[in-house]
Amino acid sequence: MTTRFDKLGVIIAAIVAYAAFAAPFATLRANRIVPGEARSILEALPPTLGPLLLAVVVVAAVVALLKTPLALRLAASVVALAALALLIGVAGSFLTPEGNSFARISPASGFWLLIFAFTLLLADGLTRLNLSPSARIGVLVVAAAAIGLLLVSGSWNSLSILKEYANRADSFWAEGSKHVTLALGSLAAAVLVGLPLGILCHRVEKLRAGVLNALNIIQTIPSIALFGLLIAPLGWVATHVPGAASLGIRGIGTAPAFVALFLYSLLPVVANTVVGLAGVPRAANDAARGMGMTERQRLFGVEFPLAFPVILTGIRIVLVQNIGLATIAALIGGGGFGVFVFQGVGQTAMDLVLLGAVPTVAMAFTAAIILDALIEMTSTRRREAQPA
Amino acid sequence: MKEAGVKAWLPSLLRLALVVLLIAFVTNPGWFEPLLKPLTESNAPAIYNQGSLLTLTLLHLRTVLIATVAATIVAVALAILVTRPAGVEFLPLSRSLVNIGQTFPPVAVLALAVPAVGFGEKPTLIALFLYGLLPIFENALTGLTTMPANVVEAARGAGMTGWQRLVKVELPLSAPIILGGIRLSVVISLATATIGSTVAARTLGEVIIAGLLSNNLAFVLQGGLIVAALAVLIYDGLSAIERYTARRMGQETA
Repeated sequence: MTTRFDKLGVIIAAIVAYAAFAAPFATLRANRIVPGEARSILEALPPTLGPLLLAVVVVAAVVALLKTPLALRLAASVVALAALALLIGVAGSFLTPEGNSFARISPASGFWLLIFAFTLLLADGLTRLNLSPSARIGVLVVAAAAIGLLLVSGSWNSLSILKEYANRADSFWAEGSKHVTLALGSLAAAVLVGLPLGILCHRVEKLRAGVLNALNIIQTIPSIALFGLLIAPLGWVATHVPGAASLGIRGIGTAPAFVALFLYSLLPVVANTVVGLAGVPRAANDAARGMGMTERQRLFGVEFPLAFPVILTGIRIVLVQNIGLATIAALIGGGGFGVFVFQGVGQTAMDLVLLGAVPTVAMAFTAAIILDALIEMTSTRRREAQPA
Repeated sequence: MKEAGVKAWLPSLLRLALVVLLIAFVTNPGWFEPLLKPLTESNAPAIYNQGSLLTLTLLHLRTVLIATVAATIVAVALAILVTRPAGVEFLPLSRSLVNIGQTFPPVAVLALAVPAVGFGEKPTLIALFLYGLLPIFENALTGLTTMPANVVEAARGAGMTGWQRLVKVELPLSAPIILGGIRLSVVISLATATIGSTVAARTLGEVIIAGLLSNNLAFVLQGGLIVAALAVLIYDGLSAIERYTARRMGQETA
C-alpha cells in the first residue's frame, strides 16, 4: 500500500486540497487599502471556468500523489501552473464591478498555496531530471518568456499589482534601472578591486589575515548603519574635493548606497580568490614552472583558470546578496525597487510592496540560476581538462 | 618568552576590553556623550533618548536567539530526515528549496509577512528564521553525509539501532560542523534584525533609523557599533565552543 504513494505527493496533495477547497482564491476590495472580502475558486471565476480549474488542480494533485512517470508529473505541474496563471487574470476582470476603477482584485492565500504546491512538484521533477547547466538556463528563458507574454498580453491588467504598476510605470523602470546599476555596478567595482587584492593576499601571507579580518568586520556592521555612516564622509568629499559633486557623489542618494554595497561585496570576492588560488594543485604550478612559464604567464595561464569556479562562487554570493541589499538603499534616498516596498509598508498597501518585492526576488532568483549554471559549466570543463 | 606570552594573551585582553566597553556603553551611555557630541548638529542629542539602549540590546538579542533556536531545530531535523533511508528522496529537493529561500531579500520577506502577522517582532522573526536556515542546514548536511564509513560500520557492528547511531555517534561527531553553521547564521541574523525596525520591531535598528530620519550621525554610529560589537563577540564565543567540541570529538580540523 505504502509503495503506491509518492511521499512528496502526499504533502502536495494535502496543500492542494486545503488551498482549493478551504482557502480564498482571490480578494476583492472596494479600494486599495481597505480590508478585502475573500472569494473561493467557484465564486471568483465564471460558471464554466471555476469547475474546470478545480478539475485541473485535482487531477494534477492526484498525478503528484500516485507514483507516476516523471514526464507526466512535469506535464501536470506545468498545466496546473499555466491554468492558475491564466485564470487569476480572468478572475480579476470577472470580479471587478462594471465601470469601477477603484475596486482592487488580488490573488489570495489559496492561489499562492496552489502556486507553491505545483512549483514544488515542478522543482522536484526538474531536480530529478538532472538537467545540464545550459538546459537549466533554457528552462529559465522559457519560463521568463511565458511570464513576459502574460504581462504584455494584458491578461493580468485587472489585478491590483498591475494597477499599482500602471500608476507608476515611469518611476518603476527608473527605479528598476537604478536597482540594477547599484547591484551590478558595485559588483563590478568589487571584482576590479577584490581580484588584485585577493591575488596579493595569496602571495603575501602577512597581509592575508589582516585584510580578511578587516573585511569580516565590515560584514558585521548592519547594512542600514553602514549606509548611514557613509553619508557624512561622502558629503564631505562632495563639498571639498573639486569635481566630485559633478561626478554625482553626494552625501545622500546613490553614492553611499553604492559604496556600502561595494564594501560588503569585497569579502566574498577576496576570500574566494584566496581560497581558489590556494586550491591550485602544486603539481600544476610545478609543471608550469618546469615549462619555463614566467610568473605572469603562470598566474593568467594556470592559476587563474583553475581557481575560476571558486572565484565565480564568490561572485554569485555577492550578486544575489547585492540585489537583495539594494532594496535598503531606498531608506537613504538611493532609489531602487526598495522605494515601492517602503512606500507600500508606509501606506499599508500590500500590492505596492509586491510591486517592489516581486521584481527583486525574480532578479535574485534569475541571477542565482544563471550563475550556478556558469559555475557548473566552468568546473566541469576544469575537471575534464585535468583528469585526476 | 615574555613577549610571546603577551602576544598570546593580547586577543583575549582585547575581547575583554570590548566586553567591558560594550556593557559600559549600553548601561551608562551618558559617559560616552562627549565622544559622540561632535557628530551631532545644532545641539541634537548625542545619545539615543527615545528608549533605553540596554532594553533595545536585550530585545535585539532575544529576537536573534528565538529565530536561531527555531532555525537550528528545523534545519537539523530536516537534515536528519533527508539523510535517513526513509527521507533520502527529499534530499535534492530540500537542498534547492533552502537555496531558493535564500534569494528572497530580507526586506521583501519582512514587508510581505506584515499583512499576515501584523507589524512588530513577528515578521522579523520569520525573516530571520528563513535566513538562518540555509547555513545550518548546509552544514548539518555536510556533517551527517561525510561521516567516516568505518565509524558508522563500527557502530552498526556494535549492534546499535538506527536511533542510537544517530544520537550517540552521528550527531556528536557532526556537532562542530553544525555549530559552524549556527555561528554564520547568528552573525547574519544580528545584522539583519536591524532591518526589522522598518516594520516596527524593537531592535537596535530603531536607533539607526531614528538617526537616519533626523540626520543624526551619532545615533547611526552607536546603533551600528553595538550590533557590530555583539556580532564580533558572539562569533568569537561560538568559535571557541566549536574548537572545544572539535577537540572533544578528537578532530583537529577547527
